Amino acid sequence: MSLDSWVELLERLARHPLRTALTMLAVSWGILMLVLLMAAGTGLENNVRWEFRDDAVNSIWIYGGRTSRPFEGHAVGRRVRFDNDDFASLAEVPAVDKLTGRFYPRGDTTVSYDGRKGSFNIRATHPDHKYVEGTLIVAGRFIDELDLKERRKVAVIGQEVVKFLFEGIDPIGEWLNVGGVNYQIIGIFEDVGGPGEMRQIYLPITTGQLVYGGGERIDQLMFTVDPDMTIDESERLTEQVRGQIARHHHFDPSDRRAMRVRNNVERFGEIQAIFGWIRAFIWIVGVGTVLAGVVGVSNILLVSVQERTSEIGLRKAVGATPSSLIGMVMQEAIVLTSVAGYGGVVVGVGLVEVVRRYVPENDYIRDPQADLGVVIGAVALLVALGTLAGLFPALRAANIDPITALREE
Amino acid sequence: MIRLEALNKSYVMSEHSLHVLKDLSLEIAEGELVAIMGSSGSGKSTLLNVLGLLDRYDSGAYHLGGKLARDLSETEAAKLRNSHLGFVFQSFHLLPFKTAVENVALPLYYSGVARRKRNAMAASMLERVGLGDRLDHLPSQLSGGQKQRVAIARALVTDPKVLLADEPTGALDSQTSTEILELLLEVNAEGRTVVIVTHEPDVAARTRRVIHLADGRIGEDRRQEGG
Repeated sequence: MSLDSWVELLERLARHPLRTALTMLAVSWGILMLVLLMAAGTGLENNVRWEFRDDAVNSIWIYGGRTSRPFEGHAVGRRVRFDNDDFASLAEVPAVDKLTGRFYPRGDTTVSYDGRKGSFNIRATHPDHKYVEGTLIVAGRFIDELDLKERRKVAVIGQEVVKFLFEGIDPIGEWLNVGGVNYQIIGIFEDVGGPGEMRQIYLPITTGQLVYGGGERIDQLMFTVDPDMTIDESERLTEQVRGQIARHHHFDPSDRRAMRVRNNVERFGEIQAIFGWIRAFIWIVGVGTVLAGVVGVSNILLVSVQERTSEIGLRKAVGATPSSLIGMVMQEAIVLTSVAGYGGVVVGVGLVEVVRRYVPENDYIRDPQADLGVVIGAVALLVALGTLAGLFPALRAANIDPITALREE
Repeated sequence: MIRLEALNKSYVMSEHSLHVLKDLSLEIAEGELVAIMGSSGSGKSTLLNVLGLLDRYDSGAYHLGGKLARDLSETEAAKLRNSHLGFVFQSFHLLPFKTAVENVALPLYYSGVARRKRNAMAASMLERVGLGDRLDHLPSQLSGGQKQRVAIARALVTDPKVLLADEPTGALDSQTSTEILELLLEVNAEGRTVVIVTHEPDVAARTRRVIHLADGRIGEDRRQEGG
């Protein structure tokens, strides 16, 4: 395209400023909507991921409940309590990866150090607990097998506990008093789950059971599975686990209330699927809007070619080749769509940035953003569509019969 | 310069075809000034379109400047038009949003002449047709005669061998018509072949050769003392 053709194009666009502006607005609007929809979609999705951030998404949690059906002569309403045998039997299941139980100490669990007292949550767990809960050790170590075997009186504490009880002191090696029993602190952790999760104190589960009268009891069992496990597979695994637990505790495996399950694979998978659909929906709506703009460009160019029939006829008479006329119209189409599309992208990305900066954290949208790669893809698509939009009017221009065109007027 | 041999041209309508030019043979030498006359429907417009490479023909041969012009692609025809032919129309066909200079420069745009050079060429051509003081006027600011002068300048700017004029004085009053005709005679005097399609006997009387078309054939081909 020569400089002349650009001058011609600008003159032509400037001759119909309102028409040019409205046509471009339609395209810009389409791209703007696409960008905003995409950002909103990402924001929603990020928010849900954030909700799941605390726990491994490939984990399954089970809790004992109360029987609701009579079974093998047992009456209903019997409480199901997991124990160390359940843990051992789950550890035998090949699909179970990281496995931990959790026991909540009963009775007085006031926590104190050097005269300072506080109330924190105590969890007695297995070593694998750190994988299931997403615990990050920042100093020292987490509970290990030896702690369990020897029922050591050791504790791993969260950053919030450190802040509250150990200002200016390195807690590692210090002795923490929990309900009258002293535990040596062996580790400090952070948890992406936020301050609440960092108010926890972890003890070896065997120690917890011994000290707080738990016997063999386990309050809940959690385990992770292969991250690639499908929802169906996770459901089958859950049923297998339920069967094992039911055999051990003598309840009807179909009794849903005897054992409660939180299958994160399923929950996360379903949400993933929903977001898949939302993304598809956003694309359909967004691309539809962009297409409407492109059809508008095509339409305006058709009108423009129609209006300029005699001009185009004259151009042909003085030597315009069909390809030069096609080029003229295509250039207009591509310039209109790409400039307008780019404008839409800039405004859209700008708006998203404003939202990120000035809209406070909320429960619905977190960190909205328009994926740059996708946006560039959208603009490329737009230019392609612009070419398509120009094609039909361009061919119409090239096919104008100069004789007929010059006779009109 | 122009040689037609047994040229046939039909327009195919939906049901029947209309035979417009019938075995037309014609030779126009370089530097001739020819008027083509004929009643409406005689085929004179079609003949002009064929001569102007705006329309194809069915059979026969058309030699333009010694070259056979047959089955040309649109692009080839466009290039030949640009280099060999100049057109003048009854209704001027100036682009209303372009100045006189820009209108005249348009054919040069399509022959790839740079803007500055083609505007200079257009300006000197406008001076030659007596519009040196109207270079930057829009067509709407010009009279009918001035518009036709611009159109003639545009037809001549690529220095074509042949000028084809379709009723060049049809939209002008008699005084202006005479002036435009004088201009065309001057163009011819430079050695250019000029073909004027007209139904005005006054115009035809000023040429040296008058060809009467009747029903797609040459009815009369008369040479006369022009001027």
